[in-house]
Amino acid sequence: MTTSLIKLENLNKTYLIGEQPLQVLNQVNLTINQGDYVSIMGPSGSGKSTLLNMIGMLDRPDDGEYLLKAKPTVNITEEKRAQLRRDHVGFIFQNFHLIPRLSARENAELPLMIAGISAKQRKVKVLNVFEKLGISDRSEHLPKQLSGGQMQRVAIARAMVMEPEILLADEPTGNLDQKSGLEVIDLLEELNKQGITLIVVTHDSNLGKRANRQLTMVDGKITQDIIRNATT
Amino acid sequence: MLLHDNWLYSWQALVRHKLRTALLLVAVAIGVTSVLLLTSLGEGARLFIEKEFSALGSEIMIVLPGRKETTGGSVPIYGNTPRDLTIDDAVAMEKISTVKAIAPIIAGTSLLSFQGKSREVITLGSSTGIFSVRKLSLSKGRIFTSKAKDPAQAVCVLGSTIKQELFGNKKAIGEWVRFSGQRFRVIGILQERGESMGLDMRQMAIIPIRSAETLFNSPALFRILLELKQSGSELYTENKLMELIKKRHEGEADITILSQNSLMSSFNNILNLVTASIGAIAAISLIVAGFLIMNVSYVSVSRRKQEIGLLKALGATAKEVKILFLTEALLLVSLGVVIGLLLGYGSTILAAYLWPEFPLAIPLWATFASVSIALIIGLLFSWLPASHAAKHDPVLALRGL
Repeated sequence: MTTSLIKLENLNKTYLIGEQPLQVLNQVNLTINQGDYVSIMGPSGSGKSTLLNMIGMLDRPDDGEYLLKAKPTVNITEEKRAQLRRDHVGFIFQNFHLIPRLSARENAELPLMIAGISAKQRKVKVLNVFEKLGISDRSEHLPKQLSGGQMQRVAIARAMVMEPEILLADEPTGNLDQKSGLEVIDLLEELNKQGITLIVVTHDSNLGKRANRQLTMVDGKITQDIIRNATT
Repeated sequence: MLLHDNWLYSWQALVRHKLRTALLLVAVAIGVTSVLLLTSLGEGARLFIEKEFSALGSEIMIVLPGRKETTGGSVPIYGNTPRDLTIDDAVAMEKISTVKAIAPIIAGTSLLSFQGKSREVITLGSSTGIFSVRKLSLSKGRIFTSKAKDPAQAVCVLGSTIKQELFGNKKAIGEWVRFSGQRFRVIGILQERGESMGLDMRQMAIIPIRSAETLFNSPALFRILLELKQSGSELYTENKLMELIKKRHEGEADITILSQNSLMSSFNNILNLVTASIGAIAAISLIVAGFLIMNVSYVSVSRRKQEIGLLKALGATAKEVKILFLTEALLLVSLGVVIGLLLGYGSTILAAYLWPEFPLAIPLWATFASVSIALIIGLLFSWLPASHAAKHDPVLALRGL
């Protein structure tokens, strides 16, 4: 049996909205294997983004444990968590989060830079990924000179340069027109086929249905977990 | 993150926010420049006075009548005393073993006239010692050789300006002039030398001291200049002088002794204090610049929340984020300091060119102080915003909250 990549055990998270406590994660248990393609759907406020941030170690649960490759991640220092993020997780955001003053290449180099990799190696790695994503000719452009689809490709390149096992996408097509949205999804699925674990948060059910495993969340609980075999 | 990438990243952030960067640079530069310029004014005044006093020579001492206390503590340039300093006192001083020469001085103004032209001149009565003590040399003629104890002689040495005014280009040596009606023979003309100790020697006439005594009808000395055989014996000489005067003045040492060292040290104390206090005032502008940096850094942090969130999502630790923002502040302050140094030194060089007679000099300590104050303040005041940035929760920061 393959060891699970991600194992969440009884995660709870409560936010204070004003005076009112809001339980965004309620006893969540979830296991995700290497190479899975998971979509998380549900109404807004159901906790799907929080769940994604938990998996990405951007957020810490109030209690419960998260085992990444069987190693606990909750009660370790913020520094260690940052390193785990850097080495294992790639993020893709709805609004791309490119730094406007940096060129496409420099944006994609950021994780490598943070990891302390030399400028020369960074450039080679990023241009390599750009080539695969079809944006080589855009490498020296500033974000404002790029289309939405191109910006999201740069963001995907940025998520991929560290060759993470997990790719987390929060509404990756939310700010894109339908055509570029589909292109981005095709790209992400292609990466998944090459072995990366892909987790997509969306409220677009058409998009969600493309995943092999569809989670639905309501009020901080996973209410539905449909697993189907790969496209056949 | 590599150190070099750290700098590059911060540098890019500064270059990208040109207006913000420019404003902060100006603030820091003004702070540094004002420290440099204001302290250079104080230092310049000090050098100016030092230059004036060193013309006196370190082997020279001045004895003034009256005690320091009688004029309320400060140096009695014109002290008052019931007991005058007399020519006989001066003659007695010459016998002190460390004294090489003396020049007792009686000073007054007299109407100097020659062939219908006349002029009011400051007339110094002294002994032959004045020429060596004040290092006066002649352009023409000879000096008089009468000592303090010698009888009066009707001879005079004129300053170069007076000679020009009375005689023009005609020969003056050997001519008879009148000082307030009394006849004196011109035997020498002083070489043009300019001012020293506030006295313009070009405008003066020098006559033997006994002649001055009769001319002004007073034996009271204005002061006595002493030249020592060697420097370093000031203290011994001072004690000897006091002893001597006590003996001669019924047990009262009612004189004040000035030397280059004593004068310069009292002026130095005052001027150093002045320089330090205007420097401190200027340093306030550096502190203001520091607050500006803090202010703008806070704004910058809050406007770059998403960037901070992103960096954290990409694996940057809180420490790394903090270092990035500190690096940015350090870069900014360093640049501002460089600009400030250039401006400060540039303007003193320009001022030296425009007003060469007044030496503006930036003291080395002011350079070090302004640079280190600027750097320390820059780091100190950006520490808070940088820590603030580092503490941002990545989830909220990414959403710009």
